[in-house]
Amino acid sequence: MVSENAIAWYHFSSPKNFYPLAGRLIPWFWGLAVILLVVGLYMSFFVAPTDYKQGESYRIIFVHVPAAWMSMFIYLVMAAYAIIGLTWKLRMAEMMASALAPTGAMFTFLALWTGAFWGKPTWGAYWVWDARLTSELILLFLYIGYMSLQSAIDDPRRAARASALLAIVGVINLPVIYWSVKWWNTLHQGASVSPTMAPKMASIMITTMLVMTFAFWMYTIAVVLMRARRVILERERQTSWVMEMVNADPQAEMKK
Amino acid sequence: MNQSSLSGMWRAMVSRDLTLAMRRRADVLTTLFFFIIVVSLFPLGVSPEMELLRSIAPGVIWVAALLASMLSLGRLFSDDFQDGTLEQMLLLPQPLSVLVLAKVFAHWLVSGLPLVLLSPLLGMQLGLDSDGIVLMMVTLLLGTPVLSLIGAVGAALTLGVRGGGVLVSLLVLPLYIPVLIFGTGAVDAATSGMDYEGHLSLLGAFLVLSVVLTPLGTAAALRISVE
Repeated sequence: MVSENAIAWYHFSSPKNFYPLAGRLIPWFWGLAVILLVVGLYMSFFVAPTDYKQGESYRIIFVHVPAAWMSMFIYLVMAAYAIIGLTWKLRMAEMMASALAPTGAMFTFLALWTGAFWGKPTWGAYWVWDARLTSELILLFLYIGYMSLQSAIDDPRRAARASALLAIVGVINLPVIYWSVKWWNTLHQGASVSPTMAPKMASIMITTMLVMTFAFWMYTIAVVLMRARRVILERERQTSWVMEMVNADPQAEMKK
Repeated sequence: MNQSSLSGMWRAMVSRDLTLAMRRRADVLTTLFFFIIVVSLFPLGVSPEMELLRSIAPGVIWVAALLASMLSLGRLFSDDFQDGTLEQMLLLPQPLSVLVLAKVFAHWLVSGLPLVLLSPLLGMQLGLDSDGIVLMMVTLLLGTPVLSLIGAVGAALTLGVRGGGVLVSLLVLPLYIPVLIFGTGAVDAATSGMDYEGHLSLLGAFLVLSVVLTPLGTAAALRISVE
């Protein structure tokens, strides 16, 4: 049993076998993402009740909170792939780590942006130096550093390994940064307005938030697999299987 | 590995790097003057009012120290990388992380320690009282080695990369934030009459952790960059 699983794991950790598998999986994840997104958006606009304190403006929480969750979760997954890639020298793990970064940065930006739009009606300002906002901003800096390092190094293997190490250093530092920013904030600001101080949320709101989170999750998997396939083609372009595939049917590959 | 060869390597490495730095004093002095100029710009840009300057002094000096120590990171490995010395160092029988620690220590002696020694002058310029100045020096003494140690990982990762100098700031500055928070927090707490020992203990903890962990990361990064 164990050995069979191990064989399957090794089988798909080779880019050659991963490429068609990802191609088969992508439509399913897209489908799930679209369904969940339609359901989640319907629930957030028409099912979830109006908040008695914040009115309609609170509804942005259904995009904001899932985006913030995903931004942190993706960084953790990226660091996990980075560790796997560095320890076992698995090229596929390296490629997955680099494929995750842009989506993670996008969600971080989305969380900051929706946060600003939510902050204006509720707090009266687009930006406050709240601990959550500040650490989310720093997370964006970490993503940008990761992507800049990767694009600055020409040799793809070195780029992947150097940025993997940076992701690991970042993930070790992340709790320290989060905790010190939080501490700094309580010292400087006293009691600030914070989303956690809102009254207990109705369970329908939590359900909606979870549906949206799963929608974002499925979207992430679909997009990351697409990006990973592109990275595979780019990094493995000198291998015979890529050349054969592209030469056999260049049009079909373009369309995919 | 016996004890004498390790400490011998340590001493040789530190004295070599110090000698090299002393032969190129201009590099060291440039960083120092950068530190002074950045701090001097704040009164011109913000306001010459002493009350305001005193309240922003810890933050201004710390941010300037952050930038100055980052500027000098480029020198840490690049010369050795360019003339091939670094490859020889990677082949030494002694552990690479100890060698890295020796290099970072020498680098801190010429780029971090002078900032600590200069900070009282800048503190006076910005109207800090004597207690604040002493505390400022203590926090810088504990914090600047952490900056050099964390910066070494960034310097090793960007070795020989085009635009490495700007890139290293992007990688390293977010990681400097905890040191900045607790370095300035200690001085702020002291000037407002609160207890500051917790801040100093945390800075000490950061120093111990980074002495233990970052040389391993730097060594791994050097192997990635040189291989």
